[in-house]
Amino acid sequence: MSMGKRFALAVAVALVASAASAADGPGLGKPINETDLVLWDLSIGPDGKGLPHGSGTPAQGAVIYAQKCEVCHGKDGEGGRNAALANAPGKSARTMALYVPNATTIFDFTRRAMPWPQPKSLTNDEVYALTAYILARNKVIGEDEVMNAETLPKVLMPNRNGFVSRYPEKH
Amino acid sequence: MNRSIPIAKALDDAMIALYQNGERINPAQGYPMRLLVPGYEGNMNVKWLHRIKLIEEPVMAINETMQYTYRVAGPKIWQFFFPMEVKSFITHPSPGLTLKGPGFYEISGLAYSGNGRIGKVMVSADGGRSWAQAALDAPLLSKALTRFRMPWRWDGQPVLLQSRAWDEAGNVQPTRAEMFAERGEPKVNVPVTAFPMGHMNVVTTWAVDNKGEAKHVYG
Repeated sequence: MSMGKRFALAVAVALVASAASAADGPGLGKPINETDLVLWDLSIGPDGKGLPHGSGTPAQGAVIYAQKCEVCHGKDGEGGRNAALANAPGKSARTMALYVPNATTIFDFTRRAMPWPQPKSLTNDEVYALTAYILARNKVIGEDEVMNAETLPKVLMPNRNGFVSRYPEKH
Repeated sequence: MNRSIPIAKALDDAMIALYQNGERINPAQGYPMRLLVPGYEGNMNVKWLHRIKLIEEPVMAINETMQYTYRVAGPKIWQFFFPMEVKSFITHPSPGLTLKGPGFYEISGLAYSGNGRIGKVMVSADGGRSWAQAALDAPLLSKALTRFRMPWRWDGQPVLLQSRAWDEAGNVQPTRAEMFAERGEPKVNVPVTAFPMGHMNVVTTWAVDNKGEAKHVYG
């Protein structure tokens, strides 16, 4: 049998096999189109790739915070029922200033998960504003700085260089 | 909930779990599908999995920065502490399981290593001064809870029971002293939920008194 024929046969067999396994499989899900995928493709890494259009300031964030966040996170982010978002002397050693190496993490998490009872209900402008507010409360940015897709990845978190991978050989 | 997983692990023994024990995984366990990264931190086994994206660098998600990181002696914070390391503890006797008087007993417990199979478990009945090797239940499986057993004659006197495990990769369960030498002393009165000493796989000590009651002590 020539090489060409063997290759074709292998492909045909593979196609048959995959059709069979699809029939035997759990039958989960269906293909998603590019437009819908954008709603799910929410992860933002330190380089800020994928950050959406929008912007916000700490002052704008303060208004939203009072309405939607203060009930759990306390006045000025000092903490309450849930995690402190700003320095809370004597309350929590696990502060954002110490434990978040990139500001994009704050945007990523707030957008996908907050507020707790209505995740993903915030607009992109609101997420930028709240991120700006949290950064300002942590004295990382000034009260009048605007956070958007361009400025957010450039924010320098105070402990950016304080992390070390426990087992770098496992990466 | 999102976490960055090394490609090396994805290509090693990671899997997408659909079934467990012959049936679909439970809603509480992540139905319809869950990422399973054997031996790695529980939170990395993402439940209700809906997306896997190939990336070049970790995204620095909240659950690998604000949480599941560990401050050690000095200013550094450990990140990406993937494996649950070798650990063992005695389940019988233990606080709540009281011995009914001097006689023959089986000291029994569990050992685990996220790095592979258990190599050996040693048991001490004198607070770590002398040790004997325990029997391990078969089959010996990688990254699985492993039962160990040690026949024991108790004379009714107060004793300090300890177990210490090694895994096949050569890692050994550390003593409290060894761990604190590496990571620094914990603050006192830390609430249990604060996780300041995550990956705390130190040797555990049960003090059994002459009434047969076991208590957790720092040996």
